Amino acid sequence: MLGITKHFGALVANRAVHLAVERGTVHALVGENGAGKSTLMNVLYGLYEPDEGEVRIGGQRVTRLSPARAVELGLGMVHQHFMLIPTFTVLENIVLGIEQSKGGLLDLDSPRAQLQEIIGTYDLKVNPDALAGELSVGMRQRVEILKVLMRGAGVLLLDEPTAVLTPQEVEELFKIVRLLKSQGKTIVFISHKLREVKAISDRLTVMRGGEVVGSHATAGVTEGDIAEMMVGRKVLLDVKKAEAKPGDVCLSIQDVTLVGGGSKLVLDHVDLEVRAGEIVGLAGVVGNGQTELVEVLAGFRAPSDGRVRLDGRDLLEMDVLERYRVGLAHIPEDRHKHGMVVDMDARDNTILGKQRDEPFSRSGVLDETAILLEARARIAQFDVRPPRPDVRAGDMSGGNQQKLVIAREVSREPRFLIAAMPTRGVDIGAIEFIHRHLIELRDSGVAILLVSAELSEVLSLSDRIAVMYEGRMMDVMAASEATEQRLGLLMAGIHDKAEAAH
Amino acid sequence: MQRSLLRDLAYPAVAVFIAFLLGALLVVATGYSPAEIYGALWHGAFGSAENVAWSLQNATPLVFTGLAVALAFRAGLFNVGAEGQLILGAFAASQVGIRLKGTAFDTTLSILPLALLAAALAGGLWGAIPGWLKARLGVHEVINTIMMNFIAALLGSYFLTVPWIKEAGSVPQTPIVSANAVLPAARFINPYTRLNAGFLLALGCVFLVWFVLWRTWHGFELRIVGLNAGAATYAGANVGRTTIAVMFASGALAGLGGAEQVLGVHYHFIKDFWVGLGFTGIAVALVGENHPVGVLLGALLFGALQNGAAEIDMMTTFPRELIQVLQAIIIFLVASMGYVRKRSAA
Amino acid sequence: MGLALLAWGAASAAPEKPVRVGLVLSVGGLGDKSFNDGAYEGLKRATRELDILPYDGEPTMVAEDDRYFRRYAVEGFDLVIGVGFLMQSSLEAVAKEFPRIHFAIVDAFVDLPNVASLLFKEHEGSFLVGAAAAMATKTNVIGFVGGMEIPLIHKFRVGYGEGARYLNPRIEVLEKFAGSGPEAFSDPFKGKQLTETMIAQKADVIFHASGSTGNGVIEACKQHGVLAIGVDANQDYMAKGYVLTSMVKRVDVAIFELVKEVKAGRFRAGPHVLGLAENGVCTTDFAYTKQKMPAGFEAKLEAIRQKIIRGEILVTDYTARPAAAK
Repeated sequence: MLGITKHFGALVANRAVHLAVERGTVHALVGENGAGKSTLMNVLYGLYEPDEGEVRIGGQRVTRLSPARAVELGLGMVHQHFMLIPTFTVLENIVLGIEQSKGGLLDLDSPRAQLQEIIGTYDLKVNPDALAGELSVGMRQRVEILKVLMRGAGVLLLDEPTAVLTPQEVEELFKIVRLLKSQGKTIVFISHKLREVKAISDRLTVMRGGEVVGSHATAGVTEGDIAEMMVGRKVLLDVKKAEAKPGDVCLSIQDVTLVGGGSKLVLDHVDLEVRAGEIVGLAGVVGNGQTELVEVLAGFRAPSDGRVRLDGRDLLEMDVLERYRVGLAHIPEDRHKHGMVVDMDARDNTILGKQRDEPFSRSGVLDETAILLEARARIAQFDVRPPRPDVRAGDMSGGNQQKLVIAREVSREPRFLIAAMPTRGVDIGAIEFIHRHLIELRDSGVAILLVSAELSEVLSLSDRIAVMYEGRMMDVMAASEATEQRLGLLMAGIHDKAEAAH
Repeated sequence: MQRSLLRDLAYPAVAVFIAFLLGALLVVATGYSPAEIYGALWHGAFGSAENVAWSLQNATPLVFTGLAVALAFRAGLFNVGAEGQLILGAFAASQVGIRLKGTAFDTTLSILPLALLAAALAGGLWGAIPGWLKARLGVHEVINTIMMNFIAALLGSYFLTVPWIKEAGSVPQTPIVSANAVLPAARFINPYTRLNAGFLLALGCVFLVWFVLWRTWHGFELRIVGLNAGAATYAGANVGRTTIAVMFASGALAGLGGAEQVLGVHYHFIKDFWVGLGFTGIAVALVGENHPVGVLLGALLFGALQNGAAEIDMMTTFPRELIQVLQAIIIFLVASMGYVRKRSAA
Repeated sequence: MGLALLAWGAASAAPEKPVRVGLVLSVGGLGDKSFNDGAYEGLKRATRELDILPYDGEPTMVAEDDRYFRRYAVEGFDLVIGVGFLMQSSLEAVAKEFPRIHFAIVDAFVDLPNVASLLFKEHEGSFLVGAAAAMATKTNVIGFVGGMEIPLIHKFRVGYGEGARYLNPRIEVLEKFAGSGPEAFSDPFKGKQLTETMIAQKADVIFHASGSTGNGVIEACKQHGVLAIGVDANQDYMAKGYVLTSMVKRVDVAIFELVKEVKAGRFRAGPHVLGLAENGVCTTDFAYTKQKMPAGFEAKLEAIRQKIIRGEILVTDYTARPAAAK
């Protein structure tokens, strides 16, 4: 791609971008959210017409690109959001759009054979007859990859493929990517996660503000170098923090049990304490009860049994708003599902959960001025961009959305903060900012429960670490005693042999 | 702010313009003169003070049912049952207006508010039932509100066969309500106009719905429930309770629309007066993009069109079927323009 | 027509202006193959033969007729017609408001000096089809299905019975009404049920006076191979060969005659009662059922018709003397 420029109104999404990808390599395209990566890929895939510049494939200049033409040229795109029909089987989903008929009937036999062959070649282990809706996220992604392989793609564009995956699934994906490369496929890997980029790519191109900042062999640069190129300044990847000075027990969870569907114990007699001024990290493979525990604490659902106290007060007696009033704040793990309303503006989102409180409402009537002032204050405090209270929340980048959520929750001046996946889908600059804030809060005496699927985040932020497995609290340990290996075993439900002894 | 308001108004204006152009093609293609047909349309809708009053009168019940649909829609609920709620409200208003006739309550200051209150309550409860079913049992409100429309229409017809309710006459109807329960008509426009104080009540409801939706925390929570139920739970709104309350309020609005028809137009509960009022309310809410002011404008558009169509029917030989096609073209384009605008704004 | 546009400017002036007639149909009326179509037909004939300017309107909502009447009255029309008894009260109100405008109503009576009420001697027509039924039956059992139980429908019932017994005093007449509310005129299912009961009781000719409920009557007769008798309009085509004849109310004739009077400047208010003599009621021509009738039946029916016209046969009018009728 040579000198690609693409405007959206006054906004320049790509400015004279050059991108050269060598056949048979994994090329990472790195940059923060909004750096122009997706625009560039959409130009390549023919979804957008570039204002300037040209695209060459195999040395041939390609004009009038369209998605259909891109497929003909051997380009295959795996989108960040999967486009599968949940009630169709894997095979049906894959055939959709390239289906052939035999005597008026849909021919599924020859594509089935072809599909089996590809599954075999790349060791993808997908059942062609499973319903797409019943597959795990990782499996669905494989189906998307199969879709482009079935269409004969030689170049695969993977747009933020790991954003929705668990660490285990990421490993699986990397295995597939390496296998694809060994078979001569070319992969463009779009990401802002430095570890992954380092782990998988041969070369990388960094974008910032719509321009290419540099293109390097991956082996020749460190994570710090990449981060600096992305953000444009030095970035502290390691969290600097002082020793915690824990105070009294702030939150205590005793014997909390939750019976799920099929009388399965989703939470199995969970005990945990969080003291004022400490961060307790809650680690575990996604789906082992962490989400449900947070929901019990936040008041979304009642446990079958157990007690939860905040500063000695019984939380379970209270509804959501009462909990907020006695000092709970909650950064939800999925900001689109719970943390914000994307179709409302930033202003309305700054008072989510505070709408009944003074000064935002008085005798039921909202005070527009007070809300606007609050929104401006939160936006300024957390450097939310764009700094406009009337911008639709859904039009902000993930990082800025999260900043807004955190700004709102922190401004409650909580006694206890639930920070569930606080940096999910957030770019590096914002991660650093969020981490620093959590530490500051801790130092000011707030009790924090950090729930994260990123082991590195748990390890670097927490003072103590708890591990959950199948609804049970496996162990709680000081962060200094924790290693990735030890946590990994606990997350798999295996007690350390030495630990098991006593 | 101002620029976006101008743009908001420009789109429907363009839509109406295009619709009239297309309509003109239809008129010419069928061998009529657009000047004649549109002349009649205009005259019927706005040609005289009396006709304007007719247009406003036609619009009045649609403001109520349109608001009912729009309010529920803001909370993510599709209330197809405005018609049924309107019927029940109308019946309740008629009964208060008839039963309290000659009692101590038979003064304008008590019988009229009581009749309106009864209508709001009856419509509200009729709406709250599918709301409750949705909140507690998860039954989809579309199915239940549709079904309850049938029940209400049949109940309405049934009531008019009950000896102590019906009144002898060529048409199934109740006796006339007390003169004190009548919503005063705008006689200064024309002695026979039935444009009545119910229109002012409708305007009041437009403001009230707007105020509640955007100026109270109740409305704030209601909108969150509509946009993102998960976020509503997070923000401390009780989704179930909000659903029931919204369906009650929605039904109450439709019920008031029924009261306006009984107390301001027909003066008694009469069979089949309700036909189409609830369903047109859905179209009004769509055209008005579920905004109270949009609903008001949408209702006025429908009311004026209905009136203009009647004039075309009465005074020209243009076929009735084509009048409906013409109406449909206009409504279709206005409604589509809303989506065009949203897409171009995004 | 361009005239319509100009009309509201020059409503009252112009000495040579043509006669303008406004016809207000029932809600959803046109296409009913009955009163509304008949009225429309009459207006069309008047347009062809009498050189008038016809206008017609069909309200889209209940209780909207008055504004249609008023619209034509304001315009200064020479005649404003309402179709059907449902418009009685609204036409009455508007006619009071515009005492100088001539109004007419079909099938109802409005006692005002500017209103002509077009009424029919249904009992006479019913007598005639009753006689036809008596000639057609083989079982000597015939039936009558009424819609809503009101005096008007009793008028049909009584005339029918009298006509049948006139030819065959021992004939059995089964009588049923579909209900006591207006919905009894639009319940074909009920009509079918009642008819099947009658057929089970050996009835082989069944007359209905029940609006669209009668569709069920005719359907049941066709299914069971017996004869129905239609009402209001010519319904013989609805089940060819199974509808013996229909008791037709010539609304078209009534409208045409009235317009003719208005055109000649001889509008008469009050009841215009049309019977056999005026061709306001009649039977059809038995186009599909001649072979099911005994030879010479036409002459026999004509003879009865003449006798009624001459007053030699007195048919009971239930609405005039309900107590005297059985």
